[in-house]
Amino acid sequence: MTRYLLALVWVAAAWLPLPAQAADKVKIGFISTLSGPSAALGVDIRDAFLLAVKMNGGKLGGLPAEVVVGDDQFKPDVGRQLAEKNIKLDKVNFLTGFVFSNIMLASVPVAFENKIIYVSPNAAPSPLAGKQCNPYFFAASWPNDAYHEAAGQYATTRGYHSVYMLAPNYQAGKDSLEGFKRFYKGTIAGEVYTQLGQLDYSAELAQLRAAKPEAVYIFLPGGMGVNFIKQFVAAGLSKDVQLITPGFSSDQDIIRAVGDSMLGIFDAAHWALDLDNAANKKFVAEFEKEYQRLPTVYASQGYDTALLIDSAVREVKGRIEDTEGLRKALKAAKFQSVRGAFRFNRNQYPIQNYYLRVVGKDSQGRLVNKTMGTIFKDRGDAYVQECPMK
Amino acid sequence: MSWILIVEQSLNGLQFGLMLFLLAAGLTLVFGIMDMINLAHGSLYMLGAFLAATLVQATGSFAAGVLLAIPATAVLGMLLEMSVLRTLYARDHLSQVLATFALILIFNEGVRIIWGPDMPLSVPAALSGPVQLLPGMVYPAYRLLIIGVGAAVAGALYLLVGRTRIGMLVRAGASNREMALAMGVDIPRLFTLLFGVGAGLCAVAGALLGPLFAVQVGMGENILILAFVVIVIGGIGSIRGALVGSLLVGVVDTIGRAFLPILFGIFFQPRVASAAGPAIASVLVYLLMAVVLYIKPQGLFPARG
Repeated sequence: MTRYLLALVWVAAAWLPLPAQAADKVKIGFISTLSGPSAALGVDIRDAFLLAVKMNGGKLGGLPAEVVVGDDQFKPDVGRQLAEKNIKLDKVNFLTGFVFSNIMLASVPVAFENKIIYVSPNAAPSPLAGKQCNPYFFAASWPNDAYHEAAGQYATTRGYHSVYMLAPNYQAGKDSLEGFKRFYKGTIAGEVYTQLGQLDYSAELAQLRAAKPEAVYIFLPGGMGVNFIKQFVAAGLSKDVQLITPGFSSDQDIIRAVGDSMLGIFDAAHWALDLDNAANKKFVAEFEKEYQRLPTVYASQGYDTALLIDSAVREVKGRIEDTEGLRKALKAAKFQSVRGAFRFNRNQYPIQNYYLRVVGKDSQGRLVNKTMGTIFKDRGDAYVQECPMK
Repeated sequence: MSWILIVEQSLNGLQFGLMLFLLAAGLTLVFGIMDMINLAHGSLYMLGAFLAATLVQATGSFAAGVLLAIPATAVLGMLLEMSVLRTLYARDHLSQVLATFALILIFNEGVRIIWGPDMPLSVPAALSGPVQLLPGMVYPAYRLLIIGVGAAVAGALYLLVGRTRIGMLVRAGASNREMALAMGVDIPRLFTLLFGVGAGLCAVAGALLGPLFAVQVGMGENILILAFVVIVIGGIGSIRGALVGSLLVGVVDTIGRAFLPILFGIFFQPRVASAAGPAIASVLVYLLMAVVLYIKPQGLFPARG
């Protein structure tokens, strides 16, 4: 009988609220797409995140950091299972990592229910910016349609009279073209939706040629973009039609696959290799030294995510059980981001600059994105007024 | 909609169809003669592309790399046949599907270990631009090369199967395997040879399409599904069927993607048209297959009489 009583006391003790104390380590659950055709994106985020931890001497905010890495295999159900495992078995303090919005949206509710903060290194879909904004969700990247809005604004400013648009036939494809149209004021010469995962664009390119637009805007992530750009150049269209893409569609991973055909493509992004700030120079140099390749915009986001967590843990002096304190510290974002200055809006999405970039050659003759100018200054998102959070 | 657009789209359809034929030809012979479902056919296409990319890099010449990749892939295909696939002939189709599906996974991971997830392979500089075919009509030079090579290989294959002794044995095997065996045809050797030819054709397709698409792990799976559609439409085991089926699928797919949304735009409201057009276009090939199977359940040119 005493044995049972003793057990009861132990169980009760475990449930008692403990005064917030400095923990002895910080545990991060990192779930991302690390296999399959889209693996390059998750790998870049992971590599940059781990690089930041390593450069920090294996610590985040002064506490030894343990990163539990999982592969969602591009499947929402696998992502959700890993999130449950991270929270219930590994007892992580933060969750992060997802590349794709659909997988993240399936998985993060587990974190929200358990009051675990999710810091997004990429996906930042519009529902979580507006009506469903959540105190436990921070987007260290950019709102999903921000690049498309910036590209639309550029097409307007540059004075293109007609733009042809192309995206895969699924929700994100339609959202992206909506974002572009929100800021593009000229004529839309065509709006074409292709099959998701399509590899041959000969039919679409022939239609494009017949439509004679001044510019073409594509939202074709991963291998689809690689193929489209190659075939676009081979068809001789690059001479008459200016290609505009979102930043991730003409970043280093795509440049490696396509090669010289990328020269002269315009794109919009919140970060660039040559952004002139000390944090960015250090990041680019260390990333190249560690992995023998240039970082992509995805890598910059993974790195910033680690730095953001680092700053928040330091701010609460290691008392990571204090979730409210952590939230405040995250929202303050007291760290040197590689994108330059930015701050969080009340929906915990970033307010930041977006830049026009062009693919050109650097001093060593490598193909890189060069910053041409600023499209948006201190831009938030279109959904924040629907968010009830203060 | 000008006639130039129609000519250009027809060329696109022809080019796509001829490349499908290179894959479907090997598949239909293996399926028709050996009665063996080989899902790993797409893996040979991937291997061919990766080998071509490696050899182009090593030799510094696109033509030399591609020409070397073809026999290399053929040899790999023959080794595969002798080591693994031969033991599967006697088994039922389900076992063959399971075993060759496993092969897909093994090849994908193997290629990832050896080469990584992708390899750069570019169109040779001389062919990277467009050429003027007619006044006001330009077409990518490299796609013209593909049409030329595809047509030449299709012609050669037709002569090989229709006019040579080996071709006669192949046709005999396709129409009645037991009888061919009884007449003393060395079936094991014929099968190995046939498999090598199929693998070589895969390499031609993989190496030529690699610069247009992307040389990456898993590239074979998507196109394999279309190759199966082709051989089902054409009639399993028939080279002529594979050719007609490939061209049908290539043209229907291209024309559908190009003109169906326009056609829908004439009859429906823009919102309906932009939603329904691409959706119908993407299943048009399968509709074609369903119609063909309804009218001719054995395919257009059945090999077995």
